[in-house]
Amino acid sequence: MAPRPTDLLTLTREGLYCPPGDFHVDPVRPVPRALITHGHADHARAGHGAVLATPETLRIMAVRYGEEFCRTRQEARLGEEIRLNDVTVRFHPAGHVLGSAQIAIEQGGCRIVNSGDYKRARDPTCRPFEVVPCDVFITEATFGLPVFRHPEARDEVRRLLDSVRLFPERTHIVGAYALGKAQRVMALLREEGFSDPIYLHGAMEKLTDLYRREGIHVGETIKVVAAERPKLGGRIVLCPPSAIQDLWSRKFPDPVTAFASGWMQVRARARQKGVELPLIVSDHSDWDDLCRTIKDTGAGEVWVTHGQEDALVHWCETQGIRAKPLHMLGYGDEGEAEPEGKVEENKSEEKRSEQGEADDTKPEDAEPRDAEPEAGKPGTAKPARGRARKTRAKESAA
Amino acid sequence: MNDFAHLLDRLAYEPRRNAKLRLLQDFFRHTPDPDRGYALAAMTGSLSFREAKPGLIRGLVEARVDPVLFRLSYNYVGDLAETTALIWPKRDGSPGPGHNNPPVPTLSEVVESLATIGKSELPARLAAWLDALDETGRWALLKLITGELRVGVSARLAKTAVASLGGHEADAVEEVWHGLQAPYPELFAWVEGRTGPPESINPAPFRPAMLSHPIEEEADLDKLDAEAFSAEWKWDGIRVQLAGGRDGEGRQVQKIYSRTGEDISGAFPDLAEAITFSGALDGELLILRDARVQSFNVLQQRLNRKTVTGKLLQDFPAHVRAYDLLAENGEDLRPLPFSERRARLERFVGGLDHARIDLSPLVPFADWAALAAARADPASVGAGPDADAIEGVMLKRVVSPYQPGRPKGPWWKWKREPYRVDAVMMYAQRGHGKRSSFYSDYTFGVWREAPDGAEELVPVGKAYHGFTDEELAKLDRYVRNHTTKRFGPVREVEYGLGKGLVLEIAFEGVQRSTRHKSGVAMRFPRVSRIRWDKPTAEADRIEALERILARGETEVHPGREITE
Repeated sequence: MAPRPTDLLTLTREGLYCPPGDFHVDPVRPVPRALITHGHADHARAGHGAVLATPETLRIMAVRYGEEFCRTRQEARLGEEIRLNDVTVRFHPAGHVLGSAQIAIEQGGCRIVNSGDYKRARDPTCRPFEVVPCDVFITEATFGLPVFRHPEARDEVRRLLDSVRLFPERTHIVGAYALGKAQRVMALLREEGFSDPIYLHGAMEKLTDLYRREGIHVGETIKVVAAERPKLGGRIVLCPPSAIQDLWSRKFPDPVTAFASGWMQVRARARQKGVELPLIVSDHSDWDDLCRTIKDTGAGEVWVTHGQEDALVHWCETQGIRAKPLHMLGYGDEGEAEPEGKVEENKSEEKRSEQGEADDTKPEDAEPRDAEPEAGKPGTAKPARGRARKTRAKESAA
Repeated sequence: MNDFAHLLDRLAYEPRRNAKLRLLQDFFRHTPDPDRGYALAAMTGSLSFREAKPGLIRGLVEARVDPVLFRLSYNYVGDLAETTALIWPKRDGSPGPGHNNPPVPTLSEVVESLATIGKSELPARLAAWLDALDETGRWALLKLITGELRVGVSARLAKTAVASLGGHEADAVEEVWHGLQAPYPELFAWVEGRTGPPESINPAPFRPAMLSHPIEEEADLDKLDAEAFSAEWKWDGIRVQLAGGRDGEGRQVQKIYSRTGEDISGAFPDLAEAITFSGALDGELLILRDARVQSFNVLQQRLNRKTVTGKLLQDFPAHVRAYDLLAENGEDLRPLPFSERRARLERFVGGLDHARIDLSPLVPFADWAALAAARADPASVGAGPDADAIEGVMLKRVVSPYQPGRPKGPWWKWKREPYRVDAVMMYAQRGHGKRSSFYSDYTFGVWREAPDGAEELVPVGKAYHGFTDEELAKLDRYVRNHTTKRFGPVREVEYGLGKGLVLEIAFEGVQRSTRHKSGVAMRFPRVSRIRWDKPTAEADRIEALERILARGETEVHPGREITE
């Protein structure tokens, strides 16, 4: 007899747990055995015992947290069947960022697919999403409202290039998440024939080098040297979203502030962030793709992890698909967390500001500390946002 | 429509004036007539057509989208036009580009259709346009037809952009503006050098106003010869121009323009009917009761009203105190020296038989010291009970012609000393644009007695200028080092007895406010000094503001119904 889905996968304070397999998926706190869908800090954390993930994800974690990010690790080949106690698991490409995977968990004829974060749009930096038929489909809903319909990323990058042509003396500062988005934007710029060097904030460098080693064409990149900023008129500079409003960005000649994110679809959100050139480039599914994917999997039941779950759950019900929100905490942190309006987001915002404060005592144009979080040892070297989130995860568990 | 939509989209995100100007210039240069003319009309508020009500738009969407999903989306986005633009579904089975798609309407088609369309036809037409446009186009269309462009472009800026195409100043466009109608082909022909300036057929055109510079007492006054100047009171009202003349059919045209050339005749019908002359008067719009000028607080009751009721007209009678004559019976007086214009003005106003227009008197003075004394105490030199509505004196060089804009030298304003209080910084917020990483907006408070008898600080206002960049850097550091709480972009700083920072705040007046906990709001507050040295215990109390408020409210104050 097929097990009930809730026996196969259950929600604990660490995250989703599979009792018959004795493992967690993307746990938010250290656990003995973790399966990781992709390398974003809210899904991939340091300090677990054993980690099973795609080779690329393991390498991303090693770059972010240091080689000692866990005790033992195992590479999951895409499509390969892996037996864990009484269950089998398989990793399938999710199209989200380099190395991102959906994890199919199966026992006795019941298959649950945890998609992690995913998108269907074209992305030259990772393998395309693969539809995996299943009984229960676990989906995110970051952009789970029908107002989110992402345009072609290629056209958005063209708008960036148009703006560079219109304002050739100004620096174009593009806020982009350090893992995935930044490299996708670079790869798209190269596809459009942009061959100038792209300037990078320090926080982007290591992951970009990793992408380059993985064979992704990001072209020539140069790390921004603080003293050189006034000379970078007409250049494209990529930095973490936190840096676009930082003192760091004010030393460029008359900067045009751009931000590559799915959130940029809503004008008011873009304006609140002081963005002048919003680029709607998302590594998540838009509304149409969320709906299409749910139908494609043929799942009779949908669990919604995080984001705008109300609308997606409502839509599933109108389609005769059972659906429930998991109300999971601790996600949506790095990938494309909602940029404002959440207490925890403000917290991490303030963390960054504190780092900015430290800079105030130094010469004004000192690099913000945001530039460094990728370096160092596991546990201590997590990005500030991860730290803020961890505190909150503890609070919510208590 | 698409070019216009993309222009609005860019403008909506652009905080810098010069960059906006460049976007506008680029648009006006490359967009053909008549689309660019209608765009100019839209941005200067000169279009009139049947506007779509929010209910109509909501109905169109809910016929196509699950109402639950629409409601969730609207709650999230918070703007009807934008939610609709984003959520509007593609038409089923619509083929790819180039295949029988509904044609994208031009801006001219939209504007011209809306001007003639019947109410019952509007929903279907609007839906067809929404089907044909992309997201940005839908957003712009909906902003246009709900009458809420709100992209941070003033009429003046749009005219500046058009004027610059031909190397002109905005005033040159203002000069001919009121004789023109959308889509302004003759205006573009002129700025592009294809024809001469458009003939103004407007019998009561706006004449761009001449503005003054503030005088720096120590720096400027000693260099100026008192005998070369004439002085008059500076009234605390709004600057207007009354223009009258006969149109081609002999009808009297009566116009009231604001300082920027906006036609505000509709808001002041009581005053407009007094324009029985042919000519143009420059003066101050004031409220007079029993021949006494009321404070600006009282005048505010008449401003920004959508409808003018009989009661409003009766309780707030509008009046103009004239101080210049720009034209008389077809003769342009602006090239004449001030002294000659003044003589003509006195004769002109003397000949008017209307109590709503009178003459702003000259203030006689022998030397600067005498004028300083008059400025400090207007009542002593004959201002009488009107003294409270005087905010300083104006100096006008007697030989100066009337020049549009703000030429330096001929006119000076010498404002009354601002009020000042010492207040304590309570909250700080990050600024925008260039200041976006600095805490540059400060909410400050003064002492009052709390209900429990203890002393507390209550917020009374917010100031975001008056300091140098260097001082800003220090204030920013102070805020960061003394933060006690954080609310998104806002920080609460340390304040109370024995802790906190005192800011000397200069301001022009006090109004009653229901929005502030303290019940008062200041006019034009700014930081005049940072009192690093001053203990917070010595900051001012709320009573200091209430006394100023009481002076300005001798008869009636905003927010209270007039019953007598």
